[in-house]
Amino acid sequence: MNGADLPGVDPSWSRRVRVTDSTAGDGTAYAWHVLDNGPQLAERGEDVVGTVLCVHGNPTWSYLWRRVLAQAPAGWRVVAVDQLGMGWSERTPGPRELSRRVADLGDLTAALGVTGPVVTLAHDWGGPISLGWALAHPEQLAAVVLTNTAVHQPAAQPRPTAIRLARSAPLLDLVCRRTPAFVRATTATCLPPLPRPVRDAFAAPYATPARRQGVADFVADIPFEEDHPSHPTLTRVAEGVRTLQVPALLVWGTSDPVFSQRYLEDLSERLPHADIQVYPSASHLVLEDHPEGVATIWQWVRERVGAPVPPRPAVEAPRVPVAVSTQDPDATAVVELGGRGGRISRGDLAARVESVATALHLRGVRPGDRVAVLVPPGIDLSTVVYAVWRLGAVVVVADAGLGLRRLGAALRGAGPDHVVGIRKALALARATRVPGTRIGAEPEQMHELIAGAAAHPAPPLWPEDPDADGAILFTSGATGPPKGVAYTRAQLGAQVALLRDTFALHAGERFVAAFAPFALYGPALGLTSAVPDMDVTAPHTLTASALAEAVAAVDATVVFASPAALRNVVATADALTPAQRRVMAGPRLVLSAGAPVPTSLLEQVRQVLPSAATHTPYGMTEALPVATVDPTTVQATDEGVCVGAPVPGVEVGIAPLSEDGTPAETLAHTPGVLGEIVVRGPHVKERYDRRWAAQQASARPPGWHRTGDVGHLDTEGRLWVGGRWVHLLTTPAGPLAPYAVEHRVARLPGVADVAVVGVGPRGTQQVIVVVVPQRRLGRRAAVLAGTDLAAAVRERAGVPVAAVLVRDWLPVDIRHASKVDRTALARWAEQQLHPGGSLSQARGAVARLGGAPSTRSR
Amino acid sequence: MRVLVTGASGMLGGAVADLLAARGDEVTVMQRRSAGGRHRERLGDITDAAAVRAAVAGQDAVVHLAAKVDVVGPWPDYERTNIGGTRTVVDAAAAAGVDRLVHVSSPAVAHAGRSLTGESAGPADPARARGHYARSKAAAEVLALGADSDRMRVTAVRPHLVWGPGDTQLVGRLVARARTGRLPVVGPGTALVDTTFVDNAAEALVAALDRIEHARGQALVVTNGEPRPVGELIGDICRAAGAPAPRLHVPVPVAYGVGALVEAAMVASRRVPQLPEITEPPLTRFLVEQLSTAHWFDQRQTRHTLRWAPRVSIAEGLHALSLHAGRARSV
Repeated sequence: MNGADLPGVDPSWSRRVRVTDSTAGDGTAYAWHVLDNGPQLAERGEDVVGTVLCVHGNPTWSYLWRRVLAQAPAGWRVVAVDQLGMGWSERTPGPRELSRRVADLGDLTAALGVTGPVVTLAHDWGGPISLGWALAHPEQLAAVVLTNTAVHQPAAQPRPTAIRLARSAPLLDLVCRRTPAFVRATTATCLPPLPRPVRDAFAAPYATPARRQGVADFVADIPFEEDHPSHPTLTRVAEGVRTLQVPALLVWGTSDPVFSQRYLEDLSERLPHADIQVYPSASHLVLEDHPEGVATIWQWVRERVGAPVPPRPAVEAPRVPVAVSTQDPDATAVVELGGRGGRISRGDLAARVESVATALHLRGVRPGDRVAVLVPPGIDLSTVVYAVWRLGAVVVVADAGLGLRRLGAALRGAGPDHVVGIRKALALARATRVPGTRIGAEPEQMHELIAGAAAHPAPPLWPEDPDADGAILFTSGATGPPKGVAYTRAQLGAQVALLRDTFALHAGERFVAAFAPFALYGPALGLTSAVPDMDVTAPHTLTASALAEAVAAVDATVVFASPAALRNVVATADALTPAQRRVMAGPRLVLSAGAPVPTSLLEQVRQVLPSAATHTPYGMTEALPVATVDPTTVQATDEGVCVGAPVPGVEVGIAPLSEDGTPAETLAHTPGVLGEIVVRGPHVKERYDRRWAAQQASARPPGWHRTGDVGHLDTEGRLWVGGRWVHLLTTPAGPLAPYAVEHRVARLPGVADVAVVGVGPRGTQQVIVVVVPQRRLGRRAAVLAGTDLAAAVRERAGVPVAAVLVRDWLPVDIRHASKVDRTALARWAEQQLHPGGSLSQARGAVARLGGAPSTRSR
Repeated sequence: MRVLVTGASGMLGGAVADLLAARGDEVTVMQRRSAGGRHRERLGDITDAAAVRAAVAGQDAVVHLAAKVDVVGPWPDYERTNIGGTRTVVDAAAAAGVDRLVHVSSPAVAHAGRSLTGESAGPADPARARGHYARSKAAAEVLALGADSDRMRVTAVRPHLVWGPGDTQLVGRLVARARTGRLPVVGPGTALVDTTFVDNAAEALVAALDRIEHARGQALVVTNGEPRPVGELIGDICRAAGAPAPRLHVPVPVAYGVGALVEAAMVASRRVPQLPEITEPPLTRFLVEQLSTAHWFDQRQTRHTLRWAPRVSIAEGLHALSLHAGRARSV
């Protein structure tokens, strides 16, 4: 290098190598600059177990890969090249088109004595070059990793504006060569902005117009036009990629304005076996925006290269096919009480599914395609979902409770091939740039679809592949940005069977579906479902009367409803007529999930639905159900929330917590041990979609799922939940989960709600109890609890309490309005108790950036 | 063990002497006025080298508490007693062949005025510590720990806000002000503050003597490990001592301004001969800072090093305080 002291680079990596140009044939040689830790390895006497060959794009240089070198595990050689005419490598007399650059790279690796196994790692236009090398060196190739790149420009789609503009000849020269505009702009796109010394380091080798000639040549070599000299090479590479059998990893910043998500979709279609790690907030220089991606790449390389992926332990379990049950075709399948109302028999539903599947097939839906379904619960939703499954395609469902912006972002991240939705939903998809062909699902559009399919034969039945993806669901985002969760068809079927067996849902049974996730499974189980008249995006709009009407419509035996819906049912029970009250005596079971349900609420529910047991299945988007119990039958104790024994077929392990709250790798089953709750079962998620790192972190040990909840097992094998791991307090006496203390305090008279948070550094945190008194506080009321309340709380808490604070409401998630955001609350408590602490304020600012939106508990 | 305790006329010094004597140590106490005659006494000023030399002669250990702890006063007074006095004690002890020395310090020596939340003992910083007391104690601690050697092992223990029955400093002043209605709550009174009940502090000092091999050369903060909102704690102490809890709430900026005025008035009172000197200021900026910023500490290292844990909780301490106040009233 230039002797410059560049941040993050070990000067001993920098090498110059003279390499003969094999394409010239006349012995011409060029001086290459590379960052190479090979000499260091040799010095340390380490045998090379593999080489990562890093290829930058335009207009960066090997500096882009400095962290890959810095974090190289023992035995791994990293060679990061400066392409000819770029970085600190020699300037060539003329432009070097793609085919020559591929050959150049081969010349270099031969000269450096790089042998197998080789993992290629590339960015931007380095992608096609590295893949060209990969296709030419199959005997050495072990894996490919690609970051924000492209191998194909779909003719039908607009080219990236930035590149298009830069390609007009005079502008090209001005922007790329005569001025450093392009060089500087590239590092200016980073989110968050790069430090000045790093931006300077990227620009260092491109200080003069002469040194920037290669940058302009590189842009000119982008083969947009079919008659471009590099077009055949790019096409050969793009098609060749499909033949690659080696492990592949795609790391993508999807906020890249140039190599946007559609290029990720193109590559994932060419490399269907690829693992994907998406960073939604990252821009073009994804490893600058998310440096932790480097560690993820190394983790992936070490797990994937050489070591075959251990097959997930097969779990034998009953399974229900995800198709409309054909038993008893005359029985009612779905009744809608809202909107125009409607009723359909099982036989008619099956026929309708077949018609819509035919129509969707005509619109291009194929097996494996992702279909976002944005249709309100009811007959049409059931029809479309079962039609997508009928076609062997993947259902992508998200509920509007996420908030529209986050809903759009979640759908966009899943990269659907098609979007089926009502008008409002399609408008949202357009506004939030969700990809995929659009298929309208307003009632009249559904009629058109069905009518249009009449003249066409049914699509072929695809061989059922139990391991193929069946659905992408989304986490609620109550404790972070929503993540896509992929379920295989086998896992969906197992979930249906588990629900059936756990709650004895026999064919012919009727239920009210005020909680969407379970409602979809009715037709597969041969159940009759009724969708009450309510705004499904706002569960708290379910009134007691609407529920009674729905119960009456199907003579329901079971009611599914979220806690927020139940709360409103209780609140509006006075409006029930005597006839409605009689109807409410029918259901034998009320199921409520999605958020913690207070026992007091369930006791009130039992007064409205007097014959019903009230079960609160415990689980999460990644695994539901895990356990279940009727909390009103559990003796109130001081240990937390009892969620019951694991349901048959589901295993629960506990990863014990260390003093500082870190969960262990190995699982325990000893009663009384506090730890992270880890579950295994036939219905546990296949993976976090396009979040390879999150998936690896959650699937420990392999085949299990780390729930992010902490709790313990009791001597009867029942599971007790103590809270979310992120809300764990680490006191000098050890880790403390909040629920148990909250439950004890909540039973004090005059206490409407309570949350426990910690303040202070991890390991020596103080316990703070925040009480919402039943009596409203004045606007200028004190934050400190009065003497009597503070004394009562301290006496009841069971742990040392540093302070008791009062306020009028707790911050809760917008989706369920019942998950308390204890992280935000801890921030507030810290502001009160550590006034003027600049450190706590800085922490608060950082936490706010990643926080989920929240609302007030009352 | 023969132990010299300096500053035994104070509540903590007296408690340490009693504790040592109760377990069979041979205790000598040194202070300016008699500490009640429960122990062998050496009257004298710790800045008097000859008196100190006489007192340490033949001792195995020294617990050095004597200090000027007033909230206000001219710097030379602090310098003389706290820095000079400590130097005299340390030098005499080393010369007399004393084996172990426990220097009693204060968390204020590492406190630059901002909130301290869950921190362990930072290094004493005479340049940045706030106020004459803290700065002089910081210099004294540096000096004492600098004398640690294989011949005389030295540790510094920093009890934070010691209180208990018979306390004339913290409790006495709070209660006196509360009785006259001059005790304000600064700001919302929510700042978390650690305190130490006197028995616990005394036991920690004795533990430091016994565990000197592990504690030597370092400073350890000692507290009850039960931080409380300062408003709640002051109210509890007042009530336990039979005084009304403060009702007057003063916003922090106002209090700070009043503190500044008071300090100016104090300077004037000393300079202008006609004015009576103010020795018990109602409010100073230092006090406002103490009452409106959090200061509580990570006790894990202290407890591990000293194999000590506070025996008396704040609740029990308050109970002891109210019993004592009740006795005092009935006498």
